[in-house]
Amino acid sequence: MQERTWAASEAPDSDAAVGGIEKYRLPLAVAAAVPVVLVLIYTVGDKDTGLVTQSVVTGLLLGGVYALVSIGLTLIFGVLGVINFAHGAMLSLSMFLVFWLTSTLGLPVYLATVVAVPLMLGFGFVVQGGLLNRLTVSGNHEGSLLVTLGLSLLITNVLLMIFGGRPLSVPGSLEGAWRVFGAIASYERLIAFGGALLVALALTLVLNKTSFGMCIRAVSANSQGAALVGVNVGRVYALTFGIGSACVAVAGGLLAPFLSLTPTVGEEFTILAFVIVVLGGLGSVVGAMVGGIVIGLVQTVGALYLPGTGSLILVFAVFVIVLLFRPQGIFGVTR
Amino acid sequence: MSLLQVEGLTKRFSGLTAVDDINITVADKEFLGIVGPNGAGKTTLFSLISGQLPPTHGRIVFDGVDITGWPADKVASAGLVRTFQLMRPFESMTALENVAVASHHRFRSRRDARRHALAVIERVQLDRYVNAPAGSLPTAGLKRLELARALALEPKLLLLDEVLAGLVPADRAPMIELLGDLHADGLTVLFIEHIMAAVLALSERLLVMHEGAQLALGNPHEMTQDRAVVEAYLGEDYA
Repeated sequence: MQERTWAASEAPDSDAAVGGIEKYRLPLAVAAAVPVVLVLIYTVGDKDTGLVTQSVVTGLLLGGVYALVSIGLTLIFGVLGVINFAHGAMLSLSMFLVFWLTSTLGLPVYLATVVAVPLMLGFGFVVQGGLLNRLTVSGNHEGSLLVTLGLSLLITNVLLMIFGGRPLSVPGSLEGAWRVFGAIASYERLIAFGGALLVALALTLVLNKTSFGMCIRAVSANSQGAALVGVNVGRVYALTFGIGSACVAVAGGLLAPFLSLTPTVGEEFTILAFVIVVLGGLGSVVGAMVGGIVIGLVQTVGALYLPGTGSLILVFAVFVIVLLFRPQGIFGVTR
Repeated sequence: MSLLQVEGLTKRFSGLTAVDDINITVADKEFLGIVGPNGAGKTTLFSLISGQLPPTHGRIVFDGVDITGWPADKVASAGLVRTFQLMRPFESMTALENVAVASHHRFRSRRDARRHALAVIERVQLDRYVNAPAGSLPTAGLKRLELARALALEPKLLLLDEVLAGLVPADRAPMIELLGDLHADGLTVLFIEHIMAAVLALSERLLVMHEGAQLALGNPHEMTQDRAVVEAYLGEDYA
């Protein structure tokens, strides 16, 4: 009966059916390309095997760091559409928060990170709810761009005023390293990598398995439609920015032990984080993870052939080539 | 008893008065059709009632509560829900998820919300697209999805903005039948539509709008006898 009642004139939809394999072709191709390139470098790359292994390990761990920094950004940039220029400054802020908690209160660095997470969540909630919401809700993206730029200057200079410009290091760092296939992986970087995986997993679960996550995705897809079904769009924006900021706090806490802290330390990651977010696909947590690892590997393994900053050229070459074939990014959805 | 009272509702956009002193009282379980030429202010009236736009003057009382100036999401949660003529689906999400977002406002547990969303999807006969991404649905399906999302909020009052527009004639009859069933089940509906056959089949009363103002309000069949109204606003076919 129902088959007859409506849409009799329409052929059954084909898009949905094709979606299955077609959708994952490029992500699979990227995943396959990475080991193929590595095998080529090992066999015909004319480099010392130990050196290559060390580069791969360093690259993976660096990728974890990049992923950690990018995950918060993909949420804010991808879901809210806010280009958060203060992302780097917020990363610095998290690191100094962790530094202050360890140096004055004597907390261990990873416990300080746990304390910093809710503080940054609240900070992000207030920034979006109090400063940006009026602009974001009305779709004024230029406005929010300027506000976040101003916020970035404010944060950086307040940090400069309080802590000065001398590089600082977090006390009580974790010494030691793990040896794997003759390569060295420091514990601190391994923990950062593990942290990136955990944050990515937790966020994926929240986005896909909770009703709040569904609200975030609905707002991201169509904020007017979301308001229509009773979603308080302003509050979802504020909470999303808060969660993004909490991810930044995790990144700050896990990165602080092996970086020397200056008020601009976070900004060094900003450009690469934007590259990774766009490469991985806006709003895709898995994309940020994969993008981070790809960029980390390209940078360190590429440095074997193009020393110094030359490997950054390779990074951007990969970026341009991927976007040429897939403008929405590796795990992106066409909108 | 009246479910919705609109008193002196007016909206001005700088020079233009889009909605001009509208006064209507909608009874519980009533089906009120709204017609008028393009630009008569029908959709703006919906935007005012559902909270997308703040009114310049006037008062909106829904179910005994003054909701004038409430934000759209609060109005929707209170049980006054509208649909858009140009659908606003969450394209990257499945049809079921689209509806479940709305169901979550009525059910705390995910499983209950999902079950409710499935029931609503069956109600609008969208079963075969349950797990398809909303972006892949044909127009007729999107119209039903928009309706399903609104119904999932279990509204007391539903504002339908041209749900038949863009449907091929073969798809219209089942949609009209569905709307009639929903009304028979006790739903109160405000119904903007250009297709007069549907308006006459469903409406108990008819509001005719012209240049933002309310031109006539009353029995739809009597109104089709009013030559002036018919010629000017319903099209010459009906004159």
